[in-house]
Amino acid sequence: MIQGRIWKFGDDVDTDVIIPARYLNVSAEAELAKNCFADMRPDFAREVLVGDILVAGKNFGCGSSREHAPIAIKAAGIRAIIAESFARIFYRNAFNIGLPLLESIEASKGLSDADGEDAVVDLAAGRIEGKGQVFSARPIPDFMAKLIDAGGLVEYIKKVKIGR
Amino acid sequence: MSMTITEKILAVHAGRDHVSPGDMIEAKVDMALANDVTAPLAIKVFREIGMEKVFDTGKVTLVADHFVPNKDIASAEQVKIVREFARQQGLKNYFEGGESGIEHIILPEKGLVLPGQLIIGADSHTCTYGALGAFSTGVGSTDLGAIMATGEVWLKVPPTILLRYEGSLQPHVGGKDLILHTIGLMGVEGALYCAMEFTGGVISRLPMYQRFTMSNMAIEAGGKNGIMEPDETTLAYVAERTSLEPDIFRSDPDAEHERVIDIKVDGIEPQVAFPHLPSNVRPVSEVGDIPIDQVVIGSCTNGWLEDLRDAARILKGRKISPGLRLIIMPGSPLIYKLAMREGILETFLDAGAVIGPPCCGPCLGGHMGVLASGEIAVATTNRNFVGRMGHPESEVYLANPFVAAASAVMGRVGGPDQL
Repeated sequence: MIQGRIWKFGDDVDTDVIIPARYLNVSAEAELAKNCFADMRPDFAREVLVGDILVAGKNFGCGSSREHAPIAIKAAGIRAIIAESFARIFYRNAFNIGLPLLESIEASKGLSDADGEDAVVDLAAGRIEGKGQVFSARPIPDFMAKLIDAGGLVEYIKKVKIGR
Repeated sequence: MSMTITEKILAVHAGRDHVSPGDMIEAKVDMALANDVTAPLAIKVFREIGMEKVFDTGKVTLVADHFVPNKDIASAEQVKIVREFARQQGLKNYFEGGESGIEHIILPEKGLVLPGQLIIGADSHTCTYGALGAFSTGVGSTDLGAIMATGEVWLKVPPTILLRYEGSLQPHVGGKDLILHTIGLMGVEGALYCAMEFTGGVISRLPMYQRFTMSNMAIEAGGKNGIMEPDETTLAYVAERTSLEPDIFRSDPDAEHERVIDIKVDGIEPQVAFPHLPSNVRPVSEVGDIPIDQVVIGSCTNGWLEDLRDAARILKGRKISPGLRLIIMPGSPLIYKLAMREGILETFLDAGAVIGPPCCGPCLGGHMGVLASGEIAVATTNRNFVGRMGHPESEVYLANPFVAAASAVMGRVGGPDQL
């Protein structure tokens, strides 16, 4: 169970907005977290707490392949992202680093004015609670669930592919 | 069972007779690619996995192109990580300094990517090589690190959207306009998770550089790859660069598609994508009066020699608008040299341009032409997101090299017909 405050974003949030390119000259997680949404929402990096939940509209994470984007979001404290849809490279990257994503049009729309309010997410059940309502998400595909269970692609490869 | 070109390439690389959209496969990678921004993270992941050596020293290419020549100490440290890793691993293809250019231009130019291959790059514009009839797509650094260790990648077989272009192109209209028009039609998530297959009489007549431009921006419609069947143009291009035999795949005539989109090109004018999405396109005649501060010609989208020729045709004997900055970034050292030999660079200098080194430059707001608040640029690049080229209150209009050059002369967004 993930329980935290909602950070609400709109449609087509691109990776340049999530972490502007001028901050890509480092790869340290804490540095990236500090500059997450630096231009669009300067309060985000300052106020986000571990366990918070990001809710967005369509095509979240579009644009460049920079893994710095999901790393920055995860290192800042976000533990799940709910959106109507995700751009495909961001989708891979997030699961690969162990940041779960849920696709739910009803939750995205139902929580559109819930910025700062609390939500509870049950990943396994694909269940999202917020604003006194319960929303359901598309089930996480089996392979993605395995990645999350293993703790990301690195651990998955170590365990499954190389058998360490 | 019939298959598309995308499905056929994926099936072969997964060691299967047949794949269908939605299948999860593990596929062998022919070329893995990363740059100075994405490679340091991929190298970290590679080490965490605990492998000593990359799966094949000829199949991992690293290119320093984003923040080079190193823009600051932090960037220099990132490049150092990549350089040392390349040396320690004995990689056959590491490019930096005078050997380096924009990754998606130098790989085809050097014959390192071929039709029929499966190419995975830690850069979203890796889809460029689809123009050669390869399956090629972008991933993040963790995927790339895992590929460097195992030589394999997990992929979900995408459904294919078939785009058929027919008719005759107007003057000053090319691959950039076709893909901007298409993104405008489909939206920035119109091809999400899908393969885009470009076909039709117009594509078969397009020169290679314009095909690369189209495949390059498949990602801007959300596409996983943007592929074209190899033909005589493709094979002539490849034969000039490598003696290796390409694998030719073609879609079966009865292959299944998620959608088929027919585009009549006759009425398409040069396209301009307004801030802040590549899908926000208008024909150049409907732009209105938009004064500009800067023009950028280059990038993995339009940094080819022929793009520079197109721009030079407009700039020959003309001066850029007073106070405007025109920045030109040739895509590779070879393109730089040939442009010099043809007198194109002199045309640019006479017009008042600054010529930068072959690198990504200001496209992603890294360096060499970053915008201040309130400034407006026309660029032949691929993205015009908020803050993409600098300050969050700056704006970028995307266009082809003819329009970019004409805009530089007029000091406002406009096409060659308005000169």
